[in-house]
Amino acid sequence: MREALVTSARAWAGQAVLYAAFALAIGLFSHWPSYRPLDANQALIKVSFVHAGKPVGDCRPLTAAESAKLPPNMRAPTICPRERSPVTVEVDIGGQAALRRTAMPSGLSKDGASAVYQRLVVPAGEQRIAVRLSDDVRANGFTHRSESTVVLKPAQVLVIDFDAEKGGITLQ
Amino acid sequence: MRGLIESARRRGLNGWTSIERGFDAAFGSGLNPLRHLGALACLAFMLLGASGAVLYAVLDTSAAGAWRSIEALSHTPGSWGSLLRGAHRYSADALAISLGLHIVREWLNGHERGFRRFSWLTGVPLVPLAAAAAIGGFWLNWDQLGQYSAIATAEWIDALPLFATPLARNFLTDAMVSDRLFSLFVFVHIGVPLLLMFGLWFHLQRITRAVVLPPRALALGTVAALLALAGAWPITSHAPAALASVPQVLRLDWWLLYIHPLAEASSPIAAWGVVGTAFALLFALPWLAPRERMPVAVVDADNCNGCRRCFADCPYAAITMAPHPNQRVGREIAVVDADLCASCGICAGACPSSTPFRSGAELATGIDMPQLTVDAMRNRLRVALAPGSIVVFGCDHGVRVESLRSPGVLPVSLLCTAQLPPAFVEYALRDGAAGVLVTACREGGCEFRFGTRWTAQRLNAEREPHLRATVDRRRFAFVPAGRGEESALKSALQGLRDA
Repeated sequence: MREALVTSARAWAGQAVLYAAFALAIGLFSHWPSYRPLDANQALIKVSFVHAGKPVGDCRPLTAAESAKLPPNMRAPTICPRERSPVTVEVDIGGQAALRRTAMPSGLSKDGASAVYQRLVVPAGEQRIAVRLSDDVRANGFTHRSESTVVLKPAQVLVIDFDAEKGGITLQ
Repeated sequence: MRGLIESARRRGLNGWTSIERGFDAAFGSGLNPLRHLGALACLAFMLLGASGAVLYAVLDTSAAGAWRSIEALSHTPGSWGSLLRGAHRYSADALAISLGLHIVREWLNGHERGFRRFSWLTGVPLVPLAAAAAIGGFWLNWDQLGQYSAIATAEWIDALPLFATPLARNFLTDAMVSDRLFSLFVFVHIGVPLLLMFGLWFHLQRITRAVVLPPRALALGTVAALLALAGAWPITSHAPAALASVPQVLRLDWWLLYIHPLAEASSPIAAWGVVGTAFALLFALPWLAPRERMPVAVVDADNCNGCRRCFADCPYAAITMAPHPNQRVGREIAVVDADLCASCGICAGACPSSTPFRSGAELATGIDMPQLTVDAMRNRLRVALAPGSIVVFGCDHGVRVESLRSPGVLPVSLLCTAQLPPAFVEYALRDGAAGVLVTACREGGCEFRFGTRWTAQRLNAEREPHLRATVDRRRFAFVPAGRGEESALKSALQGLRDA
């Protein structure tokens, strides 16, 4: 009788310990260890844009023969290439090249926008940032440039985007 | 390759069994949580559904209002809101843990192959669905942890060439996070669990009497532990999301969000590689170490009277009933689906025609196993049973009954103990046995799910076919025991000798 009681008490105690261990394991690893996505004195620059490059060629008038092959409702005076130029972006931080990326136009006919998303982790503090962007294969060199000095606080996110309506390259 | 897998499985199973026995000592095998991992995962899923429904009712599903509405829960009178948040989060953690352990246990027991392959393969997709639903839940709060998880997930997905526009662009500035984006968050967190439930339906298709809840005491204990944890260690929000800065220090839920640090510590593509390899392996496992196909149950039309007992007892829905070809209209016959048959023989033990008292040189029954027929079992007793000895009926998956062989002990190992028609106990006693010891796997540990339960119920006259009440109960014993627990049988044997 006494032995059965001791066994039963041990079983109950064992259950309590195992339930507690289960709860503790859940509670502990759902809070700890804490995680730092970024070191204390770092900031983040996100270079990201969705921008359609210029067409790869000029529009030209249709020849009479080409026009004749088209249905009457599709005859236009000029024809333009669908394909867009790839967009190349270069970012220098503190005079050092930090990023060079060429984004191809999307779509099966390469007539969509080019997209870039790139994270650059930099030390917080003052940074000289130069951004160059080329979106026209017919032009020599870069078609858009921006150069500025920013002071980045620790953990700050600086977004480098492209917005034609706002004059091209933007930093926000 | 196969040898390596089997070696790893054997070593792992030894370790697992030791732990499981430790839990048996505290909970008893019937309430051992390690024997109810699938049901515990379902219980956690139900808790998530119940707590989530209330949370959704109070959630302001807008970018600007979500954080405020969830934070308000932590300040409700009586802390019910805090308890609710804790129950929801900790249930998700419990689901992740029990799901992971469920997969490990099933693999260690070789349950990924053979007739169980369908259940295994339909179970694998439930893992990413559960993970997606869990991760999506963090976004809804739209605090710094949600911000981090949403961006990390978007950047991780962007590593694959899926979208022309990177998903992460949705999180460049606060102005870009719109209420419409929150609708997507809600869809992920509610729509994906609905898909998970649908997938669970497939997962359970090929088993009968699917157990989706653990025994009541275990369920109550688990819920109490989760609620106690929610009260003792409340879930609190981080600061509201602010996309102009990176969160500094996060209290990460490592059970659910480990993929983000993994992707950052390696690379998004490397993390996809790890995840892809893991799932490819899970899908490939049934073919990497296949099990030899055992002969399946065979129905003898002349001896099947359509009583439906095998249909009721089959744990894997391998038996259906069809019109009997030889008898009058309205009579039925059992039909075995070979692809679903586990070759356990439980059907043979359920068949009323399997009684050894039937006359005739050959004992033909309604449904039988070609590799160990009921007739072979009866012949074994006729030939080998010495008067005054004790017959030990066991199964190939539990205690090795052959290890008990000694003068005066006749071990008979069956495919599953429930293959034993209960009349065999009486037959052995009438044939001169001093006693009969029946052993089966521990409750919750039966290789064929219901072997232990059906055997116990048949011997206790709670299920047909049953052992007749006239049998002297002092001369037979039923002892559930797992592999390696031969000592439990030895003491039972001694008890029968002393009786």
